[in-house]
Parts: sequence; C-alpha cells; structure tokens
Amino acid sequence: MTHASQKQPVDLLRFNTCGSVDDGKSTLIGRLLYDSKSLMEDQIEALERSADITGGGQVNLANLTDGLRAEREQGITIDVAYRYFATPHRKFIIADTPGHVQYTRNMVTGASTANLSIILIDARLGVIEQSRRHACIASLLRIPHLVVAINKMDLVGWSEERFLEIKNQFEEFLPRLDIKDVKFIPVSALEGDNIVTPSPHTPWYPGPPLLGHLESVHIASDWNLNNFRFPVQWVNRPNNPTDPALHDFRGLSGQIAGGVVNVGQKVMVLPAGFKSSVKQIWTLEGSVEKAFSPQSVTLVLEHDLDVSRGDFIVDAEDLPGASSDLTAKICWMNPRPLQPGRHYFLKHTTQTVKAIVSSIENKINITSLEKDEGITELGMNDLGEVRLKTSKPLIYDGYATNRLTGSFILIEPGTNATVAAGMLLPPAEVARPEYRDFAI
Amino acid sequence: MKSYHLDHLDFLETEAIHIMREVAAEFERPALLFSGGKDSICLLRLAEKAFRPSDIPIPFLNVATGHEFPELLEFRDRRAKELNGRLIVRTVDEALEKGIAFESPGQISRNQLQIPVLLAAIEEFRFDACIGGARRDEEKARAKERFFSFRDSFGQWDPKNQRPEIWNLYNGRLNPGENMRVFPLSNWTEMDVWEYIGREKLEVPSIYFSHQRRCVRRGGQWVPDTDLMPSKPNEEVRDLIVRVRTIGDIISTGCVESPASSVEDIIVEIAAARVTERGSRADDRVSDAAMEDRKKAGYF
Repeated sequence: MTHASQKQPVDLLRFNTCGSVDDGKSTLIGRLLYDSKSLMEDQIEALERSADITGGGQVNLANLTDGLRAEREQGITIDVAYRYFATPHRKFIIADTPGHVQYTRNMVTGASTANLSIILIDARLGVIEQSRRHACIASLLRIPHLVVAINKMDLVGWSEERFLEIKNQFEEFLPRLDIKDVKFIPVSALEGDNIVTPSPHTPWYPGPPLLGHLESVHIASDWNLNNFRFPVQWVNRPNNPTDPALHDFRGLSGQIAGGVVNVGQKVMVLPAGFKSSVKQIWTLEGSVEKAFSPQSVTLVLEHDLDVSRGDFIVDAEDLPGASSDLTAKICWMNPRPLQPGRHYFLKHTTQTVKAIVSSIENKINITSLEKDEGITELGMNDLGEVRLKTSKPLIYDGYATNRLTGSFILIEPGTNATVAAGMLLPPAEVARPEYRDFAI
Repeated sequence: MKSYHLDHLDFLETEAIHIMREVAAEFERPALLFSGGKDSICLLRLAEKAFRPSDIPIPFLNVATGHEFPELLEFRDRRAKELNGRLIVRTVDEALEKGIAFESPGQISRNQLQIPVLLAAIEEFRFDACIGGARRDEEKARAKERFFSFRDSFGQWDPKNQRPEIWNLYNGRLNPGENMRVFPLSNWTEMDVWEYIGREKLEVPSIYFSHQRRCVRRGGQWVPDTDLMPSKPNEEVRDLIVRVRTIGDIISTGCVESPASSVEDIIVEIAAARVTERGSRADDRVSDAAMEDRKKAGYF
C-alpha cells in the first residue's frame, strides 16, 4: 500500500451539540465544517442559492444543518441530524439536536452514543435553565466529556471577568453531576474566535481552541474493558460446508459489549450456567488470540452447548447481575404518557422480553436533578425512576458500569413505537446459574 | 499493557456488522441491495465478516434501470457468483412491459422508475427488510435517516414518524405489509468507503478508475455519449480521460476528468476534492428537495 493508507491511524470522536439557533449552535457547526474545510463548493453554492431565494440574500449557516424541506419552510429542526467531518488527527460525527419541544427525547438519542457533549452558553445571558437541563441529561446518560463553549464573547467585549463569572456559575452546579471531564472555552462562533485557531482577543485563555480540544481529548477509556460480556447475537452454523473442517463448526456471533476475551479463558453461558472455555475467536481474517469491546467476532467454545440468541457469555469469575425485578431511570418518548400496569416489549442487548412497569418511583427534575415523588404518570420528554417486572430474568450490569449491558428500550405492542429509553440501576444480586448440576 | 483501541474504520466496521447480524436474526425475509457500486461492494464485505464461515443468509437484490454501464453488470454478476450468493435482478424494462411502471415524457433519468420496481420486488418476495448502502453524508435529507428506517405498507418514509435510535438498540418490529430499510453504512463518508476498499483490497468496477470515454456536455457536466441518448449536432462532444465518482444511469452519470488509476489515487483525489460526490448526479440537482421527495415515495 502506498502512503495514503499508511498514514497514522485516526480514531473516531462522536459528540453532540444541543440548543436553539439563537445560541449560535448552527453557526458553531457551520464554522467547524467551514474552517476545517469540510464543506464543498456545491454545498456552499446551495447555501448561497437558498439565501437568494428565502434569506433575503443573507447566507444562513443553519441551512447546513436543517435539511428537510418541512424544516426550512417552518424554520424548525425536527430531529437529530448527523454531520461528518475530519481532520488529519481524527474523524468526527456530530449528532445535532434541536432545542425545542422534543428536546429531551432527541438529546437522549444523540447523547446515547456520544463521547463528548458541547453545551453552548450565550455570554450575555450566562447559565440559563436550558444549559442546566443539557448538563443534567449529559450526566444521566453518562457522557464522559463535556465542553462548555461560552459563545458570543465578542458581545461582552472579550471580558475575562465575565468568562470566569459564567464558569463559576456552572461549577457551582457541577457537584450534582456525574461528569469526569469538563472544559470551558471562550468563543465567538460568528467570528471564528477559538474555534479552529486561537483567538487574538483572549490572551488570558491558555487552553486550546475548540477543534484542538476535540482532536486531543482522551477517549480510549470510554468503553468498558473490565468485565467480559458477550450477548449472543446469531448462531453461526454452516449448512453443508465444502470445507470438512467446518462440519462441526458451531460459532456464536456477536459484538463484545464489555471487557476483553482471550483464547483459553474460562467462561460461563447465562442464564443456563454452563461452564466452558473459549476454543477459538474466529474472524474473516483468521483466528485471533484476543478480542475486546466493541469488536464484532465469532466465538467457538470447547463444549458443544445449547446456546442461542439472547444468551450471555461472560467471564466465569466475573458474573453480571440477573433479575426479573428491575429499577431503571427512563426517558419517556411517546405522546401517550406512561401509566403503571401497562405491558411493553423490552429490548436489552440481543433479547426482547415482555415487561410491565409496576410502579413509577419518582420524576427527575432535569434542571436540578431533584426527584419529585408521588407521581402517577410520566409524559413525553419526562425522565424518572421506575420499577419493572420482566417475563424472564435479565442478565445485566448497571448503566454506570456498562452503557451497552445496562441499557434497554421499551416498545409498545401494536404500534411498535419505541416509547422509552432505559438505564438500569446496579443489580442487587449476581446471576445464579439456573442449572447448577450442569456445570462441566 | 496493549492498547485496546479501534481506529475509525474498525469502529465503523463493527457497528455495521452488528447491524447486519441484527437483520439476519430479527427479520424473516431480508434482502441486500447490491448494484455493483462501491457502497454495496462494502456491504458485501461486511456481510462476509458478519456471517462467515456460513453462507451469507441474505439474497442480493438489484433493481436495474436498463441504462447501466455494461462494466457494472458484468462485475455485479461475477461478484455475486464468487461469494456464492443468490442474486435476484428485477429491471425497469420488465416493469414497463408489465405495466408496473410508467415513463413520464421527457424524463431522462430512470431513477424515479426504480421505485415501483423495488416495491414490486418487495411484494413478490415478501421481503421484510432491505439492506442498502445509503450514507448520511451523501445528501441533506439523508442526514436524518435512521439505521433502521421504517416504511409503511405503501413503502413510504415519514420523516416526522421515525423511531428514536438509542445506544445500539434497534427496534425491528413490524406489522404485516410494513417494511424496514436498513443502512449499515449510515455513519460512513465517501472517504471512509474508499479507505475501506483500499484496506480490504476489494475489487471495484473499472469505470471508477481513469479511462478514455466519449463524453457530451449536458447540464454543466460531462456525461457518457451513448446510443440511449445520442449527442445532437449542437452539443459539445469530446474524448476525455475520465472516471465516475458515483454510478447512476449511464446517461445521467457525470464523468469527472481524472488521472486516478488506483484506490490510493482516488483517496488522494477525494481529499483534495471541492465538490461533493452527489454534485455529479443530475437527478439530485432538480430541486433542493429532490432526494427528500424520492425518499418519501419509497426510494432506497
């Protein structure tokens, strides 16, 4: 291969932005795309063409992110839009969510896969309710990194005092949140200060510009690499293989949801409790000695066991929790409110079970994280803690330990709508094998 | 301690394999749309990675306009055979004959005509999921597309009624007659596709590389001069060294002048490119909302 493919491997950072056009969010994204030279001539032309038609001749960077005609006509953003750009150091995926009515639902969606979240604060207004709401959702979804971009600094005369004042306002609120890494950056998205290049107006700010921070923030430890978890997705059993070596091949395919797996490792299949060890880690390129989350692989075990989709293969010495009585924080996403007693389908990793919401414990105030009790229903965009009962025990971890084995969605029977996103609280007890006598 | 870290292609790959396997596990009769173009070439490699050493448990479906580059059709058939896959082809010409599709006068591109053919194939084989190679970076209306894109029993996309997609949990539940379009390459860019083709050493049809071709200037771009729509005396015709960046109908696919003769050359060319790939497709230039309208009607 020549130089083009031999360059330093680049990794991928996923971040989300949230807020309304007034915060300068679209301008900020437009600025990142434009200044990192990620916009093409025809996109800029299309932007200018629509400026001539609807914008009275003024180029509106929001047209880059507000893609659908319905949105342009009504001047609103319906949903999460994804944008892509790259620098020589990193590739970026932006989940851009609007800041109106369906805010919480969309932000939860965009935040669920993000490594980092950017909160925009208007330097003239300081920390407002929306900034707190944004930070709370980022914390509940456990986004590892937060950037507080204090925007429109040009309109407050590039005042360091004002910057520090807002930073202090925000930091007062931080102890309530569960975010490891917070970075404050003074910017002007409109003028391009501290977005891609350092601003001459902020000699008092020693840190990198926004893009420099996005390029260097450490994301390697954002995945769980401690507890081996493998939800079986698909049983890989060749029909009439031409290669005789594959006659008895029985592979278990899936994406590693946590930890590292090695050939020879002792594992347990749950819920049954069969013990075995890993004989082979099969990939198209050949067998490998070890694999880690979130790689997709095919495992072959030493013993020919009855294993199917929805079963879990885990480290025999490090078992997850199991229960059919669950407590979870959920975000309700449907116009029809959640009422206790209703039946839903619950999809968790690779299995779908029936579930009933037995009670609503509280509703979480998403601007303060305080809990309101005595609640009878959760409406669209509400977050709250609920108790659930499932038709069979779930094998799981707390969401705080593992985003993939600690999350679920609820699906409404009949309409098949996805009505809730759920984050499980830590399990009260460790999984106990169903059939102890079967241990090999 | 070894670092357990995926580069961006590894990450996009594992995400796409996960989605492929979800489709195989949760749907009864899925199909994989394979045109022979670069995106669907990546889909086939991902299917191999998802399902080998078993056979790929999903048939390949191609909705052909009848206006394809011959090199593309040859490649399509050969690749499907190499992978021991089942290839189903349905054509616009057949559909016109059967009265499933109708040509509108003056309409050059057969892109629009693929919609009824695709919907008829879904009905004929009762496909409940179609895996396609569409990417969100291609076009504005695609930027809001889901991995699992729900279509009602008329095959229509309703952008206001899409299922939220959270973490890696995809809701594939359908009622009878409804259908899912699944896009494992949603998060890939044009550059990612070529880097992956390079990394995996995948063969692509020769028309992606530089070759000599007689072209005619139409609508601000060079398109192949073919018997389907021969050049008129007042049109500018030239023999050029070109390649195609995205493959559509032979009569509306823009050819870009390029000396790129290898995947590495193409990667360098894209890195320096100043026009998006769909900038060379006349069908998207009709109006600002051209793609949105086609998707609502049931396009891929």
